[in-house]
Amino acid sequence: MTSTQITSTQMTSTQMTGQSIRLGADIGGTFTDVALDCRGQLFSTKVLTTYSAPEQAILDGIAVVIEQAGIAASEIELVIHGTTLATNALIERRGARTALVTTQGFRDVIEMRTESRFEQYDLNLKLPLPLIPREDRFVVAGRIGAQGQELQALDEAALEELADTLKAEGFGAVAIGFIHSYLNPAHEQRARDILAAKLDVPISISSEVSPQMREFERFNTVCANAYVRPQMETYLYRLQQRLKDMGAGCPLFMIHSGGGLISVETAAAFPVRLVESGPAGGAIFAADIAQRFGIQRVVSYDMGGTTAKICLIEDFQPQTARTFEVARSYRFCKGSGMPISIPVIEMIEIGAGGGSLAWVDAMGRIQTGPESAGSEPGPACYGRDGKRPAITDADLALGKLDPDNFAGGKIKLSKTAAEGAIAREVGDKLGLNAEAAAFGIVEVVDENMANAARVHAVENGKNISDNLMVAFGGAAPLHAARLCEKLGIEACLIPQGAGVGSAIGFLKAPFGYEALSSQITALSRFDAASINTLLDELKHTAESFVLQGASGAIEREVVAYMRYAGQGWEIPVPLPDRAFTADDAAMIKDSFRQRYAQFFGRPVEGPEIEFVTWSVKAQDQRPAPEAVTLDWRGQGGQVGALGNLRAVFDAAKGAPQDSQIVERNQLSAGQRLSGPAVIVEDETSTIVTTPFDAIMQADGSILLLRKGA
Amino acid sequence: MSHAASHPSNLSQVEEIRMQVMWNRLISVVEEQAMTLLRTAFSTSVREAGDLSAGVYDPQGRMLAQAVTGTPGHVNTMAEAVRNFIAEIPREDMFPGDTYVTNDPWLGTGHLHDITMVTPSFKGNELVGFFACTAHVVDVGGRGFGADGKSVYEEGIQLPIMKFAERGQVNPTLLKLLRANIREPNQVIGDFYSLAACNDVGHRRLIDMLDEIGLPDLEALGDFILTRTHAAMMERIAALPKGSWSNEMLTDGYDDPILLAAKVTIEDTRVLVDFDGCAPVSRWGINCPLIYTKAYACYAIKCVVAPDIPNNSASLAAIDIASPVNIVNAQRPSPVSLRHVIGHMVPDVVLGALAQALPGQIQAEGAGALWNIHISARPAAGQEGRRAEVLMFNSGGGGARPSVDGLSATAFPSGVHTMPIEATEHTGPIVIWRKELRPGSGGDGQYRGGLGQVIEIAPMEGHEFEFSAMFDRVNTPPRGRDGGQDGAAGSVMLDDGTRLRPKGWQFVPAGRRLILKAPGGGGFGDPAARDAEAQAGDQRGGYLDEDA
Repeated sequence: MTSTQITSTQMTSTQMTGQSIRLGADIGGTFTDVALDCRGQLFSTKVLTTYSAPEQAILDGIAVVIEQAGIAASEIELVIHGTTLATNALIERRGARTALVTTQGFRDVIEMRTESRFEQYDLNLKLPLPLIPREDRFVVAGRIGAQGQELQALDEAALEELADTLKAEGFGAVAIGFIHSYLNPAHEQRARDILAAKLDVPISISSEVSPQMREFERFNTVCANAYVRPQMETYLYRLQQRLKDMGAGCPLFMIHSGGGLISVETAAAFPVRLVESGPAGGAIFAADIAQRFGIQRVVSYDMGGTTAKICLIEDFQPQTARTFEVARSYRFCKGSGMPISIPVIEMIEIGAGGGSLAWVDAMGRIQTGPESAGSEPGPACYGRDGKRPAITDADLALGKLDPDNFAGGKIKLSKTAAEGAIAREVGDKLGLNAEAAAFGIVEVVDENMANAARVHAVENGKNISDNLMVAFGGAAPLHAARLCEKLGIEACLIPQGAGVGSAIGFLKAPFGYEALSSQITALSRFDAASINTLLDELKHTAESFVLQGASGAIEREVVAYMRYAGQGWEIPVPLPDRAFTADDAAMIKDSFRQRYAQFFGRPVEGPEIEFVTWSVKAQDQRPAPEAVTLDWRGQGGQVGALGNLRAVFDAAKGAPQDSQIVERNQLSAGQRLSGPAVIVEDETSTIVTTPFDAIMQADGSILLLRKGA
Repeated sequence: MSHAASHPSNLSQVEEIRMQVMWNRLISVVEEQAMTLLRTAFSTSVREAGDLSAGVYDPQGRMLAQAVTGTPGHVNTMAEAVRNFIAEIPREDMFPGDTYVTNDPWLGTGHLHDITMVTPSFKGNELVGFFACTAHVVDVGGRGFGADGKSVYEEGIQLPIMKFAERGQVNPTLLKLLRANIREPNQVIGDFYSLAACNDVGHRRLIDMLDEIGLPDLEALGDFILTRTHAAMMERIAALPKGSWSNEMLTDGYDDPILLAAKVTIEDTRVLVDFDGCAPVSRWGINCPLIYTKAYACYAIKCVVAPDIPNNSASLAAIDIASPVNIVNAQRPSPVSLRHVIGHMVPDVVLGALAQALPGQIQAEGAGALWNIHISARPAAGQEGRRAEVLMFNSGGGGARPSVDGLSATAFPSGVHTMPIEATEHTGPIVIWRKELRPGSGGDGQYRGGLGQVIEIAPMEGHEFEFSAMFDRVNTPPRGRDGGQDGAAGSVMLDDGTRLRPKGWQFVPAGRRLILKAPGGGGFGDPAARDAEAQAGDQRGGYLDEDA
């Protein structure tokens, strides 16, 4: 079996600075991207994902890029891999038959969820089914209290019996989740040992997978981990073997949801940490660009075929969070999915991609997504029997795409089919002509993305318009300028290699680890000595991991998650990386109050301040990527009229504008192109709207800059 | 169906689209407002359970948008409450940086535990609108959250409509009064701050939005939203059968059963719900101010008639409520602390009337009222320990729907969540030994009623607690529909078999456990018609046997 190669590119780029040979591989829902950094030269390829044997696409991709680079597989020094396989197994419920062993009295935590309805007015609402059905959930006596004390001894005899039952029934995996185990894991560990003595299947315990308060989220997370573990374990070890067989016996590391690296062994034991690892690579890609250009505040905007992902990057670091939701079952509605509590790069993902379908609701309002036309039948303009209009159809109808030059001319687009679908499904219902209806569709999807970005920024105490945007993914350059208009953003970078951004991002991932310890203590009882001891342990844990894959200097970051006593959510407070003394309590209090005011307006008077979690992040210190100065001025000459004009609808003007059409590779560094214009290349087109100019950068990136900014 | 006819003709096509987009933006502004409240709140009722709401209003006090996060009892009451603030505080006394507050049950959201805050939004010196939010706090002094007050004066401190902050300065006298009158002052005052913060966030976003689109105020957008919504509501009501249908339902009450009655009349351009025939005002704190009754009656109608139409003043205006003075229209100073126990039953009464207008389309009765419990824990006599106020929200089973089983242990009509028991146990010296589904409690039918749940709570060693019972459907189980059987009634007892009352303050001594069994929902349709695969699933999961 071989997979189908879609595109491959080669570029010499300042993006790659290393002297080593490293390979990144990203398995996505449709494509598998492989990027090879061969001593500073980048080779990349896109092949179709092979579901039955996912490693095949990687091997095929590797064959392509090493041939281009003229090296042997044995010369590859490091492979970094990210994948949506774990995510898909959860969404499609294709995991192992898993037993949940839980505290007596709490058999139904994952079925009762939050006891609420995520959509208030739908009387026929269906809640997502629990990942593990009731008949596969078993309870055992034994109870830890809210202070971590043992309230009732673990019923070990019952566990012995249960082991026999689980064995007899042929379960493929076991999850253990006990109440308050995040405070005291003793019962979970003991239960695992008893079961493991008789069972030959992987056992996951919640205090290791996700040691955080809130039983519904933690139990779900351990169930998800157990559920995908057998198949991910098999896949990962098979990939490792086949890489070895092809000569690439170098170390293989996995990228995790938090954007760091973990060993194959860790990934096989905690596969839930691979969920959303592809998009995490995209965020790292953007963070690297931010660092190269020295831009402190960046919002990354990744728009593909089905979804758009938006992530905030401050001081070259993507924002992180400790919980998110996978497999939303009700139109991407918040609360309709499975909560997973693990460290993640915090991003907001919405059903807005080039394939997202447009429709009209009962109120006569245009809506877009989350349903997608996918690759089959695809948007109506593909002429493959798609009858409903997708975002790509609207982009085409507005003149943003050239029907004869899509995907380098490989796919001919039918404007007639696009306009027909738009008229049928949207225009006729609202009494709008095709152009106005297409404008409506694009405005709605752009506004949805803008809203998501804004809400995301607010949740992080940030103002979105203070950021520079980095846009990548096939559909992003078509929408980026308009999105900037809506968000009040002045500038946007569209880097090279955007099509395989995530795989390139893997190569940039720091070799890092975050060690956490939760213990609630009042600031008034701040004990510098014990905090110093704790931090030393965390530093040791984090650094030991990093030393597995890096030999140079290590950089560290110390963060305390703090809140007012009585609150349920903490805010991160970055603290200096040094030994504390008793006098530091005042400094920590000030830092907390400042951070709090930054998030929520004013600090609260009265309640005590407390620590909840301490975190130490360690990572290898990379040589900073070669700095590139952002050319804000574009004095390499104005691109004159080339005579090639097309009418493109301009949202700010509310009418079509004659726009210059320019090939990306015809622009040279420092040249300035004034909107309205379109910069075309094989994979996509960059729309320069009327309020913007484009300035070509030395590294091949395009800077969109608001006129007069 | 064409909507072209209902478009205001003076808008260009591009203008029309801009208005649509700004409508979405306004909804996202109030969602941000609600998220801020969740992230900063102190009481578990707000931060874990989402007992809150948030919305934006025009200068006349018309609600233009509400957050998706929230609960109908708050949202639809708050829709009216903002007008009461406008009536009380003259325009010349409103300044940028002000925040107003009340917990008046008749002017706010129905009981003293709900704090409503309203913030005027100024663009320059121009008042462009208001932001309002409500949340249920853990204590307001008085007798605490329970049915035993003889009048509202015993139920806690009353805050008439007044300023929490003027020109950004928090009122120190109010804070002093609160500290002296409530049991958990840090938590409650902390929640006051988060309510104010959430309105501030909404205000800042609104001004950014107006600046960006170059609108001076909300007038044009507000007219667009309300005109559109009104037209859509009229279209929906026109499509309904016309006539009047009546329904009665018995609930437990405090000591005597309480009859609830509603007559739903569908006319060409409105729906009228008349509560004539309901039981008289109770001596106990289970009475509803009409504002709260109306909130839940409107909610029920809207779920059936217009679930997809955004909630705002225009969608609520199409529904009229009438009632003589009775338990659903209690007057000051009747006790109203547990108004939710009756208020949460209103939708089942209204839905029962609609089931006659729309046969085969309306769900069976469910548990209705949340099985909330308020616990006052303390060290047992002669022991060291901790005092605390602990509040838990729990849900019984929902009624089976015409094509799908009822939801098990899920709030309806309320929109709140339960609190994680791990969070609840941190707030006070109690142990929750059990919180799981209650097999066998769902009414049989072609579609089965949702299961209730069983909860077992004990004082931590060396402690004891008083608890306020506010449980219903112990004597009057949810009825099935169209041949479906009734759900199981609830029960309240100690682990030694002692039966306890479903309402009122009671005692759990050290060493005992309180056992609550929340009711299951009614079934829908003939049990004999239940699909074989569904029956097999019931068996496999042990959903049918009480002790499985």
